[in-house]
Amino acid sequence: MMRKTKKTSDVILFCVLCFIVVAFLLPILFVVMNSFKGKLFISDNPFALPTAETFAGLTNYVNGIEKTSFFAAFGWSVFITVFSVLAILLFTSMTAYFVTRVKSKVTSVLYYMFVFSMIVPFQMVMFTMSKLANMTHLNNPVGMVILYLGFGAGLSVFMFCGFIKSIPLDIEEAAMIDGCNPLQTFFGVVMPILKPTAITVAILNAMWIWNDYLLPYLVIGLSTPYKTIPVAVQYLIGSYGAKDMGSMMALLVLSIIPIIIFYLACQKYIIEGVVAGAVKG
Amino acid sequence: MQKTLKRYFSIFVLPTLIAFSFAFIIPFVMGVYLSFCEFKTITNATFVGFENYIKIFADKDFINAFLFTIRFAVVSIATINLFAFALALALTRRIKGTNLFRTVFFMPNLIGGIILGYIWQQMINAILLRYETTLVANANYGFWGLIILMNWQLIGYMMIIYIAGLQNVPTELMEAAQIDGATGWQTLLKVKIPMVMPSITICLFLTVSNSFKLFDQNLALTAGAPSKKTAMLALDIYNTFYGRSGYEGVGQAKAVLFFIVVAVIALSQLVLTRRREVEQ
Repeated sequence: MMRKTKKTSDVILFCVLCFIVVAFLLPILFVVMNSFKGKLFISDNPFALPTAETFAGLTNYVNGIEKTSFFAAFGWSVFITVFSVLAILLFTSMTAYFVTRVKSKVTSVLYYMFVFSMIVPFQMVMFTMSKLANMTHLNNPVGMVILYLGFGAGLSVFMFCGFIKSIPLDIEEAAMIDGCNPLQTFFGVVMPILKPTAITVAILNAMWIWNDYLLPYLVIGLSTPYKTIPVAVQYLIGSYGAKDMGSMMALLVLSIIPIIIFYLACQKYIIEGVVAGAVKG
Repeated sequence: MQKTLKRYFSIFVLPTLIAFSFAFIIPFVMGVYLSFCEFKTITNATFVGFENYIKIFADKDFINAFLFTIRFAVVSIATINLFAFALALALTRRIKGTNLFRTVFFMPNLIGGIILGYIWQQMINAILLRYETTLVANANYGFWGLIILMNWQLIGYMMIIYIAGLQNVPTELMEAAQIDGATGWQTLLKVKIPMVMPSITICLFLTVSNSFKLFDQNLALTAGAPSKKTAMLALDIYNTFYGRSGYEGVGQAKAVLFFIVVAVIALSQLVLTRRREVEQ
């Protein structure tokens, strides 16, 4: 009896969830559908499927890619995200190791500064930071990597510190006695143990940097060839949006595709990383 | 070991510290100082004391943005957490397709704010087209548009955290409740919710700080239209900096105030979660 009611309620629940899934996917389906319609037909009936008359093939995609030089934007997004994440992983794990293992006033001040930076919203430093970046010639993709290392340092150092504290000293001491210098100890012994935290740190930073709009917009700006995807999207829609809804829809689809591929490929790590990051951050 | 490691300061710490100085320490200190100055470029500033801060409170846009942000935060925190918790309960019952559901619900969280904003702008405008109006015609449309957008983005994220919490409820506890003849509601209210309190605190504060700091979605969806009525705090600060010449000092002062509000929220979270940890 008990089991039977549970079964019926589960079937109802399953149907409700299916309905919610459709509702969740609707905005994306909507954009995909309209990206294949001629730009003048979209506003006639935005919820209709493309017909033989309204179907525009890949015209919108070609226009969207040309107007924003999408592939260049994609390239710069990849460049900035990959190198920033690598720099963050390498340098902040080393810093966290030093700060945790060397007990002194300097290291505890450093630690608290990193933690403090986590609660400061970007608006607090955006004006001064972008002006400073212009003055010091950091307004290029390589400079962006340095800025992301600096701005991502807070959370990353904090997370690495939390993990390094739990590693017993014995292993490192044994390595030192065997004649390893601190660099050899760190890269040979500590780094491999840090892997799970490194994955979390990498995912959290990659998600943030890939999607970040304001920092690249303020530091690099619109008039350079170094636009990232969010900046390129804002640029197209800010200047052409009202006129060409077709290429706008196509551009939105193009921007989502890499994220969805990345998500489906490493879903397990992403979800674990996000949970770990939320609990610690 | 400490002594040998200490000599490697320049290799282990310096690269991060230099980047951190350029990205954070110097801009932060300058920002605090410049909030007391009138300036157009950061190298040419005159000290004016609290003048900028006084100007903030005469700024109707700022007060409107502040109220809008609070209203938005309250509604979005309630809706996001309620829906996320309900979905988490549904997805911890071992029904068919749980993995697929989880995958789909979490996905919007990975899409960037600017792109999300434009997707929903198109979607909502298409619906409003039937009533011959647009998203920017009425500030209420913008408000509810943002609420829907944020729900869409954050429900999956919070759901994942709630699922992790619910999976940690000991099975003995659930079985004991069942043997005692507790109804579904009773188990939920007396066992599950008290046991996932840590997750609830985390989710509440994540939604609060996300709502307060919201910028990209706000910019893409309405950009504050009509007439700055749907601008939130972060967007108002941005507009003050880059939209009004001569108001850079006021913008910086607003940013300092904004920082204090966000910091108070973050610190109270820390205190609350610490206290819970002691209890358990």
